Amino acid sequence: MSAFDLQAKIPNNVNLGDDRRLQRALEQWQPRYLDWWQEMGPEGYQTKDVYLRTAIGVSGDDWAHYDYVKMPDYRWGIFLADQVPDRKVPFGDHMGEPAWQEVPGEYRNVLRRIIVTQGDTEPASVEQQRLLGQTAPSLYDLRNLFQVNVEEGRHLWAMVYLLHNHFGAEGRDEAEELLARRAGDQDKPRILDAFNQPCNDWLSFFCFTMFADRDGKFQLASLAQSGFDPLARTCRFMLTEEAHHMFVGDTGIERILRRSAQLTKLDPSGDARVQGGIDLNTVQKFINFWFSYCLDLFGSEVSSNAADFFGAGLKGRFDEEKRFSEHLALDQKLTLAMPKNGKLVNEDIELRNAMNEVLRQDYIDDCKSAVRRWSKVVQAEGVDFEVTLPSGRFHRHQGIYGGLHFDRDGEPISAEQFEAMRAEWLPTDADRAYLRSIMQPVMAPGQIANWIAPPKKGINGQDFAFEYVRF
Amino acid sequence: MAENAAPAAPVEFATSPEQYHHWQIRIHGGVATLTLAIDRDHPLRPGYELKLNSYDLGVDIELADAIRRLRFEHPQVRCVLVTSGIAKMFCAGANIRMLSQSSHTFKVNFCKFTNETRCEIEDATLNSNQRYIAALNGTAAGGGYELAESCAEIYLIDDGFSAVSLPEVPLLGVLPGTGGLTRLVDKRKVRRDVADLFCTKAEGFRLRDALKMRLVDGGWAKSKWQVEVDKRAAHLVEQAGGVGSEVGIALTPVERQTSHEDDKEILTYRFVHVAIEQGGRHARIELRGPETAPPQSHQELHDLGCNSWALQAFRELDSALLDLRLNHSPVGLLSVTTVGDREQVLAWDTAISRLRAEGSWLAREVQLHQSRTLRRLDNMAKSMFAIVLPGSCFAGTLAEVLWSADRAYMLDHPDQPSAIALHPVNFGVHTTYNSMTRLQIRFFGEPDSMTKAATLHGPIEPSDAERCGLVTRAPDDLDWDDEVRIAEEERLSFSPDALTGMEQNLRFAGQETCDTKVFGRLTAWQNWIFQRPNAVGERGALTMYGDPRSPMFDFNRT
Ligand SMILES: [Fe+2]
Ligand SMILES: [Fe+2]
Repeated sequence: MSAFDLQAKIPNNVNLGDDRRLQRALEQWQPRYLDWWQEMGPEGYQTKDVYLRTAIGVSGDDWAHYDYVKMPDYRWGIFLADQVPDRKVPFGDHMGEPAWQEVPGEYRNVLRRIIVTQGDTEPASVEQQRLLGQTAPSLYDLRNLFQVNVEEGRHLWAMVYLLHNHFGAEGRDEAEELLARRAGDQDKPRILDAFNQPCNDWLSFFCFTMFADRDGKFQLASLAQSGFDPLARTCRFMLTEEAHHMFVGDTGIERILRRSAQLTKLDPSGDARVQGGIDLNTVQKFINFWFSYCLDLFGSEVSSNAADFFGAGLKGRFDEEKRFSEHLALDQKLTLAMPKNGKLVNEDIELRNAMNEVLRQDYIDDCKSAVRRWSKVVQAEGVDFEVTLPSGRFHRHQGIYGGLHFDRDGEPISAEQFEAMRAEWLPTDADRAYLRSIMQPVMAPGQIANWIAPPKKGINGQDFAFEYVRF
Repeated sequence: MAENAAPAAPVEFATSPEQYHHWQIRIHGGVATLTLAIDRDHPLRPGYELKLNSYDLGVDIELADAIRRLRFEHPQVRCVLVTSGIAKMFCAGANIRMLSQSSHTFKVNFCKFTNETRCEIEDATLNSNQRYIAALNGTAAGGGYELAESCAEIYLIDDGFSAVSLPEVPLLGVLPGTGGLTRLVDKRKVRRDVADLFCTKAEGFRLRDALKMRLVDGGWAKSKWQVEVDKRAAHLVEQAGGVGSEVGIALTPVERQTSHEDDKEILTYRFVHVAIEQGGRHARIELRGPETAPPQSHQELHDLGCNSWALQAFRELDSALLDLRLNHSPVGLLSVTTVGDREQVLAWDTAISRLRAEGSWLAREVQLHQSRTLRRLDNMAKSMFAIVLPGSCFAGTLAEVLWSADRAYMLDHPDQPSAIALHPVNFGVHTTYNSMTRLQIRFFGEPDSMTKAATLHGPIEPSDAERCGLVTRAPDDLDWDDEVRIAEEERLSFSPDALTGMEQNLRFAGQETCDTKVFGRLTAWQNWIFQRPNAVGERGALTMYGDPRSPMFDFNRT
């Protein structure tokens, strides 16, 4: 097990102190990162004390330490999960060969692209969420937002470590670029579309952490299988942190739904908005929007890149080693509904080429169980409403369904039919304006905004009324 | 599909903007914008989707048509912007699935046509005062970047995403097939080791690096993109003297009838007649000279529009040549004859040359079009014999056919005189892809013959023509039938591959140019690589593209 150096300028468990070259590269990057954090990190709270967890280990229950910290002083570090001795490439054409500790030359470009694409999402989400602190419904939520933000920052560090350590000058260039792109910027947008969408209200934030961070979970889990061992170990540890982000999203939406159901019940005409809350339909529309954008993140349903990644042993399926007994994925097919001249025709696709879709299906299953739970919460409040996920073909911008039109059930429709239903299915400007109008900050310990229910318990055994952020 | 089988459905080259599926022409003052938005559901043949602005022959047929129409129908245009109508992707090059499902014959013909179209773009920039600008508002990969390279200037959008690349070697195990490599070092003068880096990096380079490496000439951020592109275009129009005052002519469809006579297939145009016989192996092409006196002014030429002999006959020949290439690949020998009034052909050459010298844009375009059609003839992967009979009109521009052909036979009949004639157009106007005239190439080792030819005025009799080296043989009427028949039969019995290789080696003596390298060196390599197991074998890179397994190479260098 590698030693933890928590006192170093850059806390790490990768023996950074012994690697002058890497240390110099990261130390040169660090001030630029801090500049970026000041410019694009949470606005208005950089000098406040926030009750945050900081990683101090990579395993066991006590891997993190909780205390007040000012965000710019957060100990962003580089932590890899423990090395598995004699690890082998677990799938693909190199299966059974020793896992690579260095980048294989033939996969250098591909690996760099995988890492850059993953890395780009980390600072992007911080940028998307930077104004949310001004409208937080409680100190508890405010703290959770910042926890997610600093950990996304750490995820960026994790990816930059890989770029600096394994990709030479090109890697250093890419690390600079990760700080140069900006979410939603016309000229320097982030790589993936979902990370350029505005996330200016808390319903969007919870949808984002529910759906986009969950995409992160599935991407990281499939990269945690990678034959490139440093990537696998990095992603394994990132998954530990990711769990909290999804918790924030999942319970956040649940709490809004509970409150919406209560206000629906309370209002004589059954309109939660009259009571200053969010109506259930609006919540459903935001789910439709973010779920469909996040499905795009998995890439095209039929993809030779995906096949190459799998064949090369760089990116596996979700929990590849545990869930599958066969790791070559050759001579197998996945049936996909392919759009052909306005109709859907089933076609058998080589399994390797359909790896993006395989991962997407696992993701959808994961989302479904959350949605079922939410419906029960609503119904338990005595409101007859079912929260659902739209079809995987609905409102897609990438892949074989991208640019085509489907209704919420996935049936092909015309562009005109889609436009006619747009306001029913997706958030409108008026919906967004309404959310902004009710989202006024609540900054007193133990208080909470009217449009959301309090959480069942606080963080790290503390009460909800704990002073999570000190002013 | 068997290698020598004709394609299932004939390829149709005639099109017009109203029928385009993939390109849009917009004209605003002196600037034309060619926007590529490939309709993925309209491939030339079924079996593949044209995703991500990837093209097939159908897309290039439209492009070639658009380029020609800009010259003839919109001569006032000074700058042509080539750009994309879909997000983030300028053009991803030739469609890989189309390539892997095509026969080798089709692939080569496809590449040749796209290459000729790229050369037409450069010809327009160089000779027609229409400067092509590649406005890459998305990634240009493979053939997409090659299309950009054929433009005079390349600009790339700076959006943190869009790149230029030639990923053929690292991704597909083949070469960029439309001059990408040659133009990199010969035209853009990219240093060879820098080019080596570029051609092996599948994802290519974004603006900052691309600019350093001279892969592009500039670029702008997305927010400034349209304004800056328009500014550059406006500047170029300004530099070219402002939007022109020329009024174009309409290019109406070339009319052709197809019929069958005995076992012959006949293609009939007004000035061109093609008979395909001997089980589809031998085509006899007859070119007819002008029936009327030439126009004497720009206005008269303009009034004739695309029906002037000098334009129509060559548009028809162009159409016939493309049809022979794509739809009649078993044809191995073209025997070309002419019929008409020799003096009239010379009169047309004189009139067109004079009008051009006087500044007629249309006369210029007519002559450039003749030159391009003759270059298409030079590039036929078929043997060519010119057959000079009494009543023929191998004179001036039509005499070029004698030297484009691999051999020329001239009948020396005591009672029925035949003759050929030269014209100043043979000494500089009609150059081949290596920038030399066909006579210069022919007499590369005989400077005296060249000097002599320049002094030959008036009709040249068979014996003189043979003596001066202007024709290969001039048999008399007693020998004629046997000699020509035997030559033709022998030709049809040789290996078609060996003949194509031999002819292409012999046709272009003298200097090399960027164009000849593209057609000769590069396409020869490309054709070879396209045939090799490392590309198209069971586990070759092209075969395995899109297949979940990775390619396997035979690592022996050949
Ligand atoms: Fe993350
Ligand atoms: Fe996250």
